[in-house]
Parts: sequence; structure tokens; C-alpha cells
Amino acid sequence: MQQSLPQDQAAKLSRRSLLAGSLCLLVLPLSGDPAEATPEGMAEAMAQALGRDPSIKPGRVKVELPELAENGNSVPLKISVESPMSAADHVKMIYVFSEQNPVANVVRFHLGPRSGAARVRTTIRLAATQRITVVAQMSDGSLWSGGANVVVTQAACFDGT
Amino acid sequence: MPATRIVVPAKANKGDVIEIKTLINHVMETGFRHDNFGKPIPRDIITRFTCTYAGEEVFRMDLFTGVAANPFVAFTTIATETGDLVFEWTDQHGAVTRAQAHIIVT
Repeated sequence: MQQSLPQDQAAKLSRRSLLAGSLCLLVLPLSGDPAEATPEGMAEAMAQALGRDPSIKPGRVKVELPELAENGNSVPLKISVESPMSAADHVKMIYVFSEQNPVANVVRFHLGPRSGAARVRTTIRLAATQRITVVAQMSDGSLWSGGANVVVTQAACFDGT
Repeated sequence: MPATRIVVPAKANKGDVIEIKTLINHVMETGFRHDNFGKPIPRDIITRFTCTYAGEEVFRMDLFTGVAANPFVAFTTIATETGDLVFEWTDQHGAVTRAQAHIIVT
């Protein structure tokens, strides 16, 4: 059949099939990515860590991130929580959640009265421009939260790019 | 054994709040990346870091894929007594990297 077609028709067909074939090649590796992050994913991670419908009050938690992160692979994060850090009243846990990373849990810190202060620093990965939410759990069980917005110009390499 | 770096003050007054900084060389491979042939690169991360001071745990950190490569952390503790601070990083396979520092408290 191919042989009997006019020259330009045959060329058109092969061009079309080539285009379709190359599209498949492009789509296949992308569709296998598990990296699906949403604010709902973060809500789910928060529910798992803190219980269903936790009463989280805004305040007492200060989160410092650069306003603009040129590279999402390593972004400095600084957290401080207002607390006397005494045996009776201290920060027990600090949770860091992301709404855009493939894994909503970013990092957790366990503190206690021997910490002396509720101050931690680390470096994190950011897959996209987003708001980072930090929740502090006090020794009386109360939950307080703070956050910071960060614009990411080059995302962390969570995928194949 | 991955290389580690630790900054602990050599001396402190009893009751002082001291800052400790640690870093470990580790790729923290997320498991979401693919190599040049499209094959997924398996996840390889450190999942736990602890600091004990004279035998008692004073700080713990749970790490996920969102922690950058070569995990760095700075935290505080109260200088209570002269003794050793022991740092342990545990990876997802259970392998432990240990480092320690000595502090003199007056």
C-alpha cells in the first residue's frame, strides 16, 4: 500500500506517525511520577501528625525563610517559638509542613526543657513557590502555628529534571 | 562512613544556653528522580538524628525527603555538666553514623 501512495502523501503519513510516536515518548516517563502534592495532601499529613480537626492557634511561632529562593535545593529555614522552656511549660515538638512538595512532612524537631530555648535552623528543599507551615506542640498539648511565604525560581530536583 | 562536622563550644558556664551545629555528608536522595535512562533512582535518606548529653537525649529530629542534601541542623541545649555530647544519624536502612564532642562546664 505504502508503495502505491503518491510521494507527498507518504511523507505526510510518516511525519504524523513520527510526531505521535515522539509525543508518547515524552508523556510516558512523566506519567509515572508520584510527585503529586496539594494543600489537601498537607491537610492529610497534618491530620495524621496532630489528629483530626486539631485546634491550632496562630501565633508564638516565628518562621524565617528567604523571600526569594533562587534554588529550591537548599533553602535555609529558621524557626523560633515563644516559650519559657521550663519543666512545666515547654515546646515538645515542632512540625514543618509543605503544601507543594511531594512529601508534605518536611522535618520534625523534638525539644524539651533541656533545650533552654526553642530555636532551630536547618536547610530544606522546596519543589515550588509556596507557604511553609510550622506547628509547635507545647507540653500542655496546645498547638500554635506560624508560616512564611517563599518564591522559588528554580525548583528542587524532586523529579527527573 | 559519611563525614560529619560538629560545632560545640569547648567551654561554657553552667546554665548557659549553648548552640550546637551539625552537618553530615549525605545525598538525601528523594526517590522521585530518574537517571538518564528513565530508571527511578531509589530513595536513600537519613531518617533520624539524635543528640545525647552525658547519656540523656536532649534533641531529636525526624527527617523526610524535604530536608536538603548534606543535612544541617542548629539547635540549643543547656550546659548542665562537663561531659560528652554524642550525635547519631540513622539512615532508612538502620545504619548509624556516630560522632561526639566534649564540653567543659564550669
